[in-house]
Amino acid sequence: MDTLLKLHQVRHAYGKQTTINYLSFDLEKGEIGCLLGPSGCGKTTVLRCIAGFEPLTAGEILLNGIMVSCANFSLPPEQRRVGMVFQDYALFPHLTIAENVGFGLHRKSTVERTQRVSDLLQTVGLTEAANKYPHELSGGQQQRVALARALAPNPDLLLMDEPFSNLDISLRERLSLEVRDILKNQHITAILVTHDQDEAFSVADVIGVMHQGKIMQWDTAYNLYHRPANRFVANFIGQGVFLPGKVLAPGKIETELGILTEHIYHQCESDNEICHIGSEVDVLIRPDDIVYSNESTSQAVVMHKAFRGAEILYTLKLPTGRTALSLISSHHNHAIGEKIGIKLEADHVVVFKR
Amino acid sequence: MPKLFFIKRFVAITSCSIFLLAANVVQAEQIVVYSARIEQLIKPMFDAFTNETGIQVKFTTDKEGALLARLKAEGKKTPADVLITADVGNLWEAARTGVLKSVSSPILEANIPTYLRDPQGQWFGLSVRARTIVYNTQKVKPSDLSSYEDLADPKWKGRLCLRTSKKVYNQSLVAMMIAEHGEAETEKIVRGWVANLATDPLPDDTRALEFVAAGRCDVTLVNTYYYGRLMESNPALPLAILWPNQSNSGVHVNISGAGITQFSKNERSAIKLLEFLSSEKAQNLFADVNMEYPVNPQVKPSPAVSAWGAFKQNPMNIVKAGELQTTAVKLMDRAGYR
Amino acid sequence: MHVNNEKYSTVEEKNSDISRPFFLLKHKVSIWRLIPFLVAALVFTPVIVVFSSFFMPANEVWQHLVETTLSSLLINTFWLSVGVIAGTSLLGVSLAWFTAVYEFPGSRFFSWALLLPLAIPAYVTAFVVLGLFDYTGPVQTSLRIWLGSELTWFPDLYGRGGVIVVMTLAFYPYVYLMARNAFLTQGKRLLEVAQSLGLNRRQGFFKVALPMARPWIVGGIMLTLMETLADFGTVAVFNYDTFTTAIYKAWFSMFSLPAASQLASLLIVIVFVLIIIEQQFRLRMRFAETKRSARAGGILLSGWKAKAASFFAASVLFFAFVMPIMQLGIWAANSLLQSFDQRYLEFLLHSVLLSAMATVITCFIAILLVYAVRLHSDILTRIAVRIATIGYALPGAVLAVGIFIPFAWLDNQLNEWLSLLFQIETNLLIQGTLGVMLIAYMTRFLAVGHYPIDSAMQRITRNIDEAAMGFGLSGWAVLRSIHLPMLKAGIFTAATLVFVDVMKEMPITLMTRPFGWDTLAVRIFALTSEGEWEQAALPAVTLVLAGLVPIILLMRQTDK
Repeated sequence: MDTLLKLHQVRHAYGKQTTINYLSFDLEKGEIGCLLGPSGCGKTTVLRCIAGFEPLTAGEILLNGIMVSCANFSLPPEQRRVGMVFQDYALFPHLTIAENVGFGLHRKSTVERTQRVSDLLQTVGLTEAANKYPHELSGGQQQRVALARALAPNPDLLLMDEPFSNLDISLRERLSLEVRDILKNQHITAILVTHDQDEAFSVADVIGVMHQGKIMQWDTAYNLYHRPANRFVANFIGQGVFLPGKVLAPGKIETELGILTEHIYHQCESDNEICHIGSEVDVLIRPDDIVYSNESTSQAVVMHKAFRGAEILYTLKLPTGRTALSLISSHHNHAIGEKIGIKLEADHVVVFKR
Repeated sequence: MPKLFFIKRFVAITSCSIFLLAANVVQAEQIVVYSARIEQLIKPMFDAFTNETGIQVKFTTDKEGALLARLKAEGKKTPADVLITADVGNLWEAARTGVLKSVSSPILEANIPTYLRDPQGQWFGLSVRARTIVYNTQKVKPSDLSSYEDLADPKWKGRLCLRTSKKVYNQSLVAMMIAEHGEAETEKIVRGWVANLATDPLPDDTRALEFVAAGRCDVTLVNTYYYGRLMESNPALPLAILWPNQSNSGVHVNISGAGITQFSKNERSAIKLLEFLSSEKAQNLFADVNMEYPVNPQVKPSPAVSAWGAFKQNPMNIVKAGELQTTAVKLMDRAGYR
Repeated sequence: MHVNNEKYSTVEEKNSDISRPFFLLKHKVSIWRLIPFLVAALVFTPVIVVFSSFFMPANEVWQHLVETTLSSLLINTFWLSVGVIAGTSLLGVSLAWFTAVYEFPGSRFFSWALLLPLAIPAYVTAFVVLGLFDYTGPVQTSLRIWLGSELTWFPDLYGRGGVIVVMTLAFYPYVYLMARNAFLTQGKRLLEVAQSLGLNRRQGFFKVALPMARPWIVGGIMLTLMETLADFGTVAVFNYDTFTTAIYKAWFSMFSLPAASQLASLLIVIVFVLIIIEQQFRLRMRFAETKRSARAGGILLSGWKAKAASFFAASVLFFAFVMPIMQLGIWAANSLLQSFDQRYLEFLLHSVLLSAMATVITCFIAILLVYAVRLHSDILTRIAVRIATIGYALPGAVLAVGIFIPFAWLDNQLNEWLSLLFQIETNLLIQGTLGVMLIAYMTRFLAVGHYPIDSAMQRITRNIDEAAMGFGLSGWAVLRSIHLPMLKAGIFTAATLVFVDVMKEMPITLMTRPFGWDTLAVRIFALTSEGEWEQAALPAVTLVLAGLVPIILLMRQTDK
């Protein structure tokens, strides 16, 4: 596979305020990447830098191996062959759907343009809407028009800025899968920006978790969840709590819920220090790591419960006063204030040095 | 209720400010003047009048046309007692449409020559505005100049500057020429002027004088006070007055004048004001403040104005300027004089 | 755009549901249905007075005009309008685009400074331009001395070109203000969309930003056009004859107010047709985007482009504002001792007070109109609102008479009733009060207040109305708690334009002012009518300075 997009030590600032801080990542051709992070982390700015709307103060961006941005050069956006789907879609209200989709094809002949527009409208399932105006469509339909419009000029790279944030949840889930199918079928390389991890997980092949202008981890969804590179990622992705623990022996950690022995993944496998016997560590306990056990000696008090259909997410108060989360089958319906027995049953856990 | 409060507050604020000034307490002796002559040229005389008679003068200024429309709309209830204009045409129109009242006053008749007031006594001239020839002293020999009519002669081709025909002074001048020569002859003269123009008609007399001084043209027609004002601010300009038509009809004069309104409720005080303005005491003030000529033959113009020399005025009654104004406007339109 | 519009269609359905004439409605008639008709009736009264002239004979004047000057007047008026529209669009749109989208040296300063010419009356600019550049002015005079010959190549200023240039310089801020508003909210963003689709900035401007800003630009152009058609002062300074010249000539020189009114009626009809055409553009505005640009700060220009942009903006500012104000300043300094007296403070106070009161009333009525149309946007209501804003197109003096006549009539009637019923003789009660004057101002400048507030309202999504009504709010409460705060910028723009326009206004002020209520504009009229331009400089400068205050406030507001 070829690297389509390469960001190397990219830095960007608005005045004195640094928004992107020496950020790097690569994206392979055909891959769907995602920048995931809380609002204000700089993820949209990265997108705008790639599109060419923002100048860099340091570093470089390469597209197809060609430099498009560096500290004192920026290829104009229109020459980059980068398409973009805007957060609010930014459809042209005075043009029909077909005209919107065909807008980027101004250099093509009328015949080619008509053909391409009707192909794309078919792809996104909006053939009937061709002669309508944007305001006559629903939000989901507008989103698909925006996608079709961005795809029309056949861009090398498609950028999507919070593309589903204006939709309601059920539509968002359905449409994100649809969009992934479309992108994959057309072999489109794309980057998505979002603050919603479910969206990131369902659409992207590879995800970069961003924080304060930096990428904290650039990895697959599985690894982000199960092998977070740092505490920020561990906290940001999925749910869970940190429980203090003590290293008894390599691969053997004692916590208040018992001793963990199996598949311990920790931050510095190469760094022996953390593996020192006697080290104080924090263990990331996910809700599914704690199971209900009638016989268990460990008891916890139910503080909150959230019904999730098949399961209930309990917030528990441990004997030490710390809280933990536990996802338990909804057959076990406990009342708030009830004391229940719990057991640690982790396949693998994540450990950070305290 | 909040919405009522919103309305109330607004209504309260605006109505207070509007009706604060609505109540006009009527005072003992007061007359109201509608004036097209501007404040600076009438206020000093009104003050002198109040000093002498104790009669208060309230006035408002506007353009003649607007004042006439206002008087007509107000009808019987008009607060105005006196209408003052800066030309004769509008006085004539006011008289024609019944806005003014005939009055007879031996004092006015004695102070003002017959040709400068309405034969029916509806209006009276108060100062004389003479429209004369001004030429560039470096380019024109005064002996070459003789009359308004002569300026139509081809020898002035490309040497004449004129103010726009939309100004009433030119309309009055042409009207008086029609009265003297008839329409056909006058149209020929006006066409001659247009043919001699060095540049498109100019927006005002001062600009015309400046064009002559700068050499863009050699000769123009202006009211004397514009000449006076310009020379006062810049005495070195190569400009001089030539009194035209001295061997025949005389210099065309217009008036700044006044009449008593038809529905005046203070006719006696109003007449007193006009009598005062035509008196020797006030005449110098009235004319000198704008470098005009007094109507009262007993009164000499200011020294600065007298220095331009004595001249013969056109003795035909200037009511003709009003009567023939529309004819004159049409004639100038036909002749292409903008 | 996006989800809002789904809801919008339901609003439309509701409206169409009740689009039969309001008097046929079974349920209670809301005050909001009546407001546009009441205001339109008030504003339309003087227009009807003007129109009623058609029943009076004026054949003679007409025949004369048709035979002599009418065709050339119409041609003059046509080319003047075309020229001024072209000029103001070119300056207004380009400057708005540069200052809204780009950053270049001084761009922040220019963004508000370019509005300053609004404070200078067009006839003042005209006089200054002629004073400096015509044959006797210092420019030509020194060139003649320097070159030692006549300047045959120097353009004749007393022609079409001169008037068009001056009016363009005086009126471009209307287009600039409206276009800048549009570009600020959507310009940069649309440019990015276009670029992401492979268009360069120039193509993005012409293919996206410009078409989408068209309703706003056309709104600015309409104000300019109405101002141009109604203008008398500027064309008089140039002795350039237009249709309005004919109106004044028929009235003042040929003593035929009926003929003048008939000519003015024609003018109204022409403008009304243009307004209806323009309305078609404005209908689209509701679909325009509502978001502000994602980022503050514009695209940085560098090198010769930045210099060219600065130079362009600086040149316009120089000719439209700096040069006239400097010339006025010099004259004012020369005549300071002669023309200054203690009444100056009074003139200033009257000007500011009248403008402020007229601004409050005009904006208040404009808000009511805009809101009424939002609630009930059937065709009748929209036409009523259009009628209510037509006063701006009438020459001031004609409108002044049109206002004066019905009030005088009313006053006389009132007097007769009073003397019949109570045997009291009164003076005129209504006339000569500030009330008449303020209503007259409102009649004239409602268009100026209406356009910016209307544009602002169009951008507020209708979801908000529905949400508010969902909370059980209605009518006044929704307007006050929801719309007014969001309309703030639009209202501020409207208030500034009205304030400055009222300050400059002459014919209505002259005709309807109560005794003693002389203003700076009255003073300027008095001095210029006797040709004392230098003496008029001091009140003119004062007027400009007083007008600058709200303009600067306006720009602070919009740049926030």
